[in-house]
Amino acid sequence: MSRQRLSFWWFVGTLLVSLLLMLVPLPHVLEAFKPYWPALVLLYWALESGDQRITLGLAFIFGVCADLLTGVLLGEQALRLCVLAFIALRFRSRLRFFPMWQQTLAVLALLLNDRFLQLVVRAFAGESTPPALWWMSPFISAALWPFLFLLLDDLRMRLRLQ
Amino acid sequence: MPLAREESSPLFAGTAAGTLRLIFYLALAMVLMVLDHRNGWLWRLRYTTAIVVEPIYRLASAPADGLHAASVAFADRRMLTEQNQRLREDLLLANAKLNRMAAVAEQNQRLKELLDTQHSLELHVQMARVIGIDMGAFRHRMMINLGARDGIRAGQPVIDAHGVMGQIIDVLPNSATVMLVTDPDHALPVVIQRTGLRTIAYGSRNGEELTLPNIPMAADVRAGDKLLTSGIGGRFPEGFPVGQIDTVQPAPTGMFLEAHATPSADLDRSDEVLVLHDLAEPAGPPPPATPAGPPASDAPAPPSTASAPRVPMPTGAPLKPASAQTTGTPPT
Repeated sequence: MSRQRLSFWWFVGTLLVSLLLMLVPLPHVLEAFKPYWPALVLLYWALESGDQRITLGLAFIFGVCADLLTGVLLGEQALRLCVLAFIALRFRSRLRFFPMWQQTLAVLALLLNDRFLQLVVRAFAGESTPPALWWMSPFISAALWPFLFLLLDDLRMRLRLQ
Repeated sequence: MPLAREESSPLFAGTAAGTLRLIFYLALAMVLMVLDHRNGWLWRLRYTTAIVVEPIYRLASAPADGLHAASVAFADRRMLTEQNQRLREDLLLANAKLNRMAAVAEQNQRLKELLDTQHSLELHVQMARVIGIDMGAFRHRMMINLGARDGIRAGQPVIDAHGVMGQIIDVLPNSATVMLVTDPDHALPVVIQRTGLRTIAYGSRNGEELTLPNIPMAADVRAGDKLLTSGIGGRFPEGFPVGQIDTVQPAPTGMFLEAHATPSADLDRSDEVLVLHDLAEPAGPPPPATPAGPPASDAPAPPSTASAPRVPMPTGAPLKPASAQTTGTPPT
């Protein structure tokens, strides 16, 4: 009972921390290289727990919260995270058993798709197209993916959470 | 017990229900986006949820604040002494300049009173601290720690010691968002200090500079020219430094000169900024007076008051129809 509760709070906590990390500023030079933390954490839980935890509704609400915090356009991140969660859940059974390098490549593809979606949304909203450096973020995120995955997995094992 | 085939996550094909759910949520997100884009829902929602949002901002800015505090705490004595010395010199210099300027300012004031204009050189400002959070790469936004409770309104200019930084675009109870002058969506009416040429400085796509895309071909513009706010447009008061022109070349269309300028404000490094309280006087014709229709009391009394449409008539106030008529029409 208590363990179940703890694992629930661990799950919520990682999501909240990812939102905070999204807001924490980096030095100006590194700003463009900032990984998209909420997507990474959502992906981790989608691969790890699947339908039991991550549903499209949750991804939507999570995205709306992120939108509220960044103040861009209400629904933009909700849309992106929904698409991300959908693809991850659809291919979960295969993605889970990929070797790490293949999984990383899959994550890279997912995040590039995510950036593309963001570009489309922004174009419709009438914002200007960002410079080329803006496309660096998915690569950094994908490079961080193995470490994040192993770290979260290890912590989960150590704490004996679900 | 035989293993039940997992229906929820099949290996290759998904269920139609999942796709339908995706379509539902995508549609919901699109509806939200359109409504928000049209009506600005986001900011109203943000204002009502500010009690949750603002503490998160403070929490997110804690690492940056901590780093700042650490850099002060661990700065060595020599550096602090040097900084102190430099600031003293700056202050001395600024004071000397101010003293010289005081007489000129007074004279200016007197002359302007003679000319019957109300421009004043005094500044009403509020000091604000920058909240260090990331509003997204290449977004040219900044949060400050003053909000609606401190009397901040959207549209107020924000400056620092060196020049114009931007303007407030959105206000929460205890914080506000500033759009920087380098934002591609930002335009600022400027005047070139040396020649007095008026033009408009836009932000640029890749961040750190201002673009002046429509300077006439024959205009005298050189690299090194300083840009000031012109006060036209009624948002930024005139005379604040904006930037310095770096390059001038013909625009790709060949019809204008295009100049690039670096902003003079420290857009990345400012910790403390000033929010201006007196907006520039709006240029152009004065706003139209309240529409003065035919005064109700002057109208011939309708033969049957019961059938006539009701005319709202201020009964308590003394009626002065003639004077209302004259103020309504501009003197020719």
